[in-house]
Amino acid sequence: MKRLVVALFALPVTLTAAQPPSQPQGGFVPIDQLPAPESFPAAPLVIAAYAVAWLAIFFYVWSIWRRLNRVEAELKDALKRSEPRGRA
Amino acid sequence: MPERFTFIEVVRLIVLKDLAIELRSREIVYTTLFFAISCVLVFAFGLVREGRPVDEAAPAILWIAIAFSGTLAIGRTFERERQNETLRALLLSPADRPALYVGKLVGVLGLLAAVECVLVPLVALMFGGAFLSHFGMIVGLLALGSTGFAAVGTLFAAMLLRSRSRDVLLPIVLYPMTVPVIIAGVRGTAALLQPEPAIEVARSWGAMLLCFDVVFVTLALWTFEAVMSDGA
Amino acid sequence: MKKTFPILIVLAAMLFAYAPVAIGRAPYESTMGLVQKIFYFHVPSWFAMFLSTFVCGIASIVYLARRHRTADAVAAAAAELVVIFGLIGLITGPLWARRAWGVWWQWDAKLTTALVLWLIFVAYLLLRRYGGPGSERLGAGLALFGMANVPFVYWSVHIWRTVHPLTTVVPTLPRPMAGPLWLGVTAFLLLALLLLALRTRLERLRRQLDDVYLALEP
Repeated sequence: MKRLVVALFALPVTLTAAQPPSQPQGGFVPIDQLPAPESFPAAPLVIAAYAVAWLAIFFYVWSIWRRLNRVEAELKDALKRSEPRGRA
Repeated sequence: MPERFTFIEVVRLIVLKDLAIELRSREIVYTTLFFAISCVLVFAFGLVREGRPVDEAAPAILWIAIAFSGTLAIGRTFERERQNETLRALLLSPADRPALYVGKLVGVLGLLAAVECVLVPLVALMFGGAFLSHFGMIVGLLALGSTGFAAVGTLFAAMLLRSRSRDVLLPIVLYPMTVPVIIAGVRGTAALLQPEPAIEVARSWGAMLLCFDVVFVTLALWTFEAVMSDGA
Repeated sequence: MKKTFPILIVLAAMLFAYAPVAIGRAPYESTMGLVQKIFYFHVPSWFAMFLSTFVCGIASIVYLARRHRTADAVAAAAAELVVIFGLIGLITGPLWARRAWGVWWQWDAKLTTALVLWLIFVAYLLLRRYGGPGSERLGAGLALFGMANVPFVYWSVHIWRTVHPLTTVVPTLPRPMAGPLWLGVTAFLLLALLLLALRTRLERLRRQLDDVYLALEP
């Protein structure tokens, strides 16, 4: 009975996937199994989405890290230069 | 003779000063008007197919032309202040800072009103649209939208006066900030120009514009003081 | 603050490591299937962006009112976070939309206003970088206005008909889906706070460097 329901979902979903839905979604409805034709085409999108999120975060963290190291080195250098002349 | 001018007096003086300067040369009014008309014409060449304009083009073109020419006009108004160092003189005077802002805002609004008086008939003629049927509401939407646009624009133009790259920074900063105004203006006007006008929809867009105006004029009054003090 | 830093980093890393497991275990959604799982990163990213928007706005208010240099450093840092997390949201959104709605982009009010908010903070970064001296205060004014624009995002969803899932989706989320979502939200918010702290430190060190250079002038 469950499989029949799931199979019934598959048909209208693949049909409506081609057009934007006319009703805004009021809530998410969870199900236990994917209707079979659905899972394959979506995977690249999901992977791409997660890849983008991870890459963006890692890139940003690395960028801050790099800039921080550079400024800290410069600061140390500048402080060393100001030592012999005495603090202004 | 009062030692300090009241708020209204300062506003009145600034508006009259700007009006007097503008009437002498009429430079900003004429050039802005011509720019607005050219804008509409360019859209006409882009959006008219086989002699008929694209559906619902009229409200969009109207508001875009207002946004573009408004940005130019606001930039030019303050450029004039910068050239003669008059803004610094105004800031040094004992006048209330918020009053300075309101004075400049009223001047900009007057300029926008003049431009819109020409734009609305022009767009109605070239792109169709029953502008006369709900004229009062359309004027209301234009007034509210122009106020929102000018409120933000006047503040940023004043803030950017002493910046580098101010010419390009003003649009960069102004357009994203005023997109809600443009959206509300276009959709509200479009709702009124439809074959069956949706008055309630237009009214709700008008309400949103009013809210926007109240919030941003208030913010601008407070921020003007904070940003313009200390000179540099 | 220094002591808690490593603990928070480990915590955030653990949350992020567990997240794919939790997301994988969550049930599929009936009409959208697999692609709806982007939701678990998409929504937390927007949460982080909105949090950063408010942080930047409030820091800007403090800076305008008190001229506190740290407040300005926080504002500059938060603005960068807005752009990064907003970028993640703006890219994951269309990837989800392509499958769920059939189009990459829809000009509905919520999407549009979220994009506009992102653009405002890109403009902020441009202003800070190219505006010359005094752009701290200008940026603060801009951020303040940007923050004030946020309520219009949610209001416009209700005035204008939209295909975006309504904001009622999150409160009515069924249990098996709510878990991974709030895990994601916590992870992202924690990450946002850590990045804010790091980036603010960078800003403050830069100012310190400027001060030292100025002091070195004969």
